[in-house]
Amino acid sequence: MQHLGIASIILPLLVGAIMIPLEDQKGHWRAALGITSTVLLLAIAITLAWQAHLGGGGEGLVSVYRLGNWPAVFGIVLVVDRLSALMLVLTAVLGLSALVFSLARWQRMGAHFHALFQFQLMGLNGAFLTGDLFNLFVFFEVLLAASYGLALHGSGVARVKAGLHYIAINLAASLLFLIGVSMIYGVAGTLNMADLAARIPEIPLENRPLLEAGAGILGLAFLVKAGMWPLGFWLPRTYSAVSPPAAAIFSMMSKVGVYAILRLSLLLFSNDAGDSAGFGGTWILAGGILTIGFGAVSVLATQDLSRLAGASVLISSGTLLAAVGAEQVAVTSGALFYLATSALSIGALFLLIELLERGRDVGADVLAVTLEAFGDGDDDDDDETDEIGVAIPATMAVLGLSFLCCALLLAGLPPLSGFVAKFAMLSGILNPEGLGGRVASVSPGGWALLVALVLSGLATVLAMTRAGIRSLWATSSRSVPRVGVIEIAPVLLLLSLCVGMTIGAGPMLRYTHAAAEALHAPRDYIRNVIGQKP
Amino acid sequence: MELILALAIGVLGGSGVWLLMRPRTFQLIIGLSLLSYAVNLFIFSMGRFPVGAPPVLAPGTSGDPAVFADPLPQALVLTAIVIGFATTALFLVVMLAARGLTGGDHVDGKGRGS
Repeated sequence: MQHLGIASIILPLLVGAIMIPLEDQKGHWRAALGITSTVLLLAIAITLAWQAHLGGGGEGLVSVYRLGNWPAVFGIVLVVDRLSALMLVLTAVLGLSALVFSLARWQRMGAHFHALFQFQLMGLNGAFLTGDLFNLFVFFEVLLAASYGLALHGSGVARVKAGLHYIAINLAASLLFLIGVSMIYGVAGTLNMADLAARIPEIPLENRPLLEAGAGILGLAFLVKAGMWPLGFWLPRTYSAVSPPAAAIFSMMSKVGVYAILRLSLLLFSNDAGDSAGFGGTWILAGGILTIGFGAVSVLATQDLSRLAGASVLISSGTLLAAVGAEQVAVTSGALFYLATSALSIGALFLLIELLERGRDVGADVLAVTLEAFGDGDDDDDDETDEIGVAIPATMAVLGLSFLCCALLLAGLPPLSGFVAKFAMLSGILNPEGLGGRVASVSPGGWALLVALVLSGLATVLAMTRAGIRSLWATSSRSVPRVGVIEIAPVLLLLSLCVGMTIGAGPMLRYTHAAAEALHAPRDYIRNVIGQKP
Repeated sequence: MELILALAIGVLGGSGVWLLMRPRTFQLIIGLSLLSYAVNLFIFSMGRFPVGAPPVLAPGTSGDPAVFADPLPQALVLTAIVIGFATTALFLVVMLAARGLTGGDHVDGKGRGS
């Protein structure tokens, strides 16, 4: 049982490595291997989450895996706590859905799709599990290298052009990562996250600027990944150009940046960190709010469904970053719930868009909006009168309902879990002392976040309604897309998980609340990793 | 020695950043390579830079950390070089593909004429 953590890294690595030389003309074996491995990953992730939440006598358990059994400060450690386990489950669920979706068409569009996909999962899992900064860099590179391949999967001019920008920006961000890591090492003399957190309070005052500069540069690398304004202009373009299964798993990749910020800022600059406590919080809050604003404007300005999904990724990243920057347990807890909801619903939206756009002209949306702008779109009303009364085909009904669910989830409207998530965050902002506690004043940053959250929801509703009307109602002349069960099933799975999260919001919020409390009081984490009281 | 190293990092980094802003993919990749050299030297210098000190203990001794070079940044540099090498190679392939598809080496794929 103790090897489960490392298994979630080794398994996709081995499976991916086996797939490359496999002689398999039709791709059945690769598909079977990929699905098996991803299902196993899901099972492992759920077991780990179970252990992390209910292990240790119901108190929750931070389990530490020491590679090669070296003591923590010298060797590399993998740490499973509630947050990493939650991220592992989300990765596996999204991975499984994207993989099943790709079986219908996309896996045949280029070479080594399945192998790259497994390596991507390996990088994601590793980045969520590792307890060492340099190891985090290595796993970042693994997931990026795989994502470069996946971004180009299917080829075509648009993908190669977007891929070129994506790779250049991420290579530059990796260099920032290295500079940050080495500066932190130069000051603190360790790269183990827990050891670093234990040492930061003792760092002399004259070295603190160097440490904080290092942490800031390191943070930039993560913020590029998360797509914070003004570092995220590459994101909507890349995400809308890549193939839908890749985009679905990429929506998890931007969460890696958020995860690293969440983990490191709360661990390294907790209240115990002496003079550096709370370093960067205000910047992350402000950056997050600006990202929400930019995302909301791009959602409204966009004319094309996949760009819309890309802009929603920005809004979701901005919301998460701002919530992390607010540095309150209740807000972080709501943000974790939001993270799960938004990862699943954006993944579903990326998959759904491809089904909706099937069988329509490229650029039809742009044309429609341009016509609307010139007041020229409604001339052909007469031709459509005999269409009244035509039953909506079942396919379109399913697609339309799924789109409606995505819209509700992303905008945070009741009754689905997007609303629960936003409600949890807003109630955390308005009641900093907890419900029923002392009435405390809300900080200006809190008010700004509240306004940004509500307005971004409004922008999403407007944009999704417009896109929905245009692609589902106003197109009676188009042919009904041919959609296989295997393609709609993953979308329905993701959406039904969101419905499940709505119904099970109580237990789920208890989980995220416990995770957030552990994040804000990292002593247990540090003690577990180093093996003694700091 | 510190001055030479600092100048080398500065010049490499500065040239790298300038090239990174250029519109041709060839300049971009040279810029990224120069930047990664600068970063590798920088990581190296974060190990406190004692000249001529061995990084490995002699057999049978415990040793005083002050007279040894820090081996960890060297290991980090090695890893960073390998990873940088692989990603640069991958980027070259994408560049060639972009050139084949767009007919030019402009980073926005605008072709030869622009």
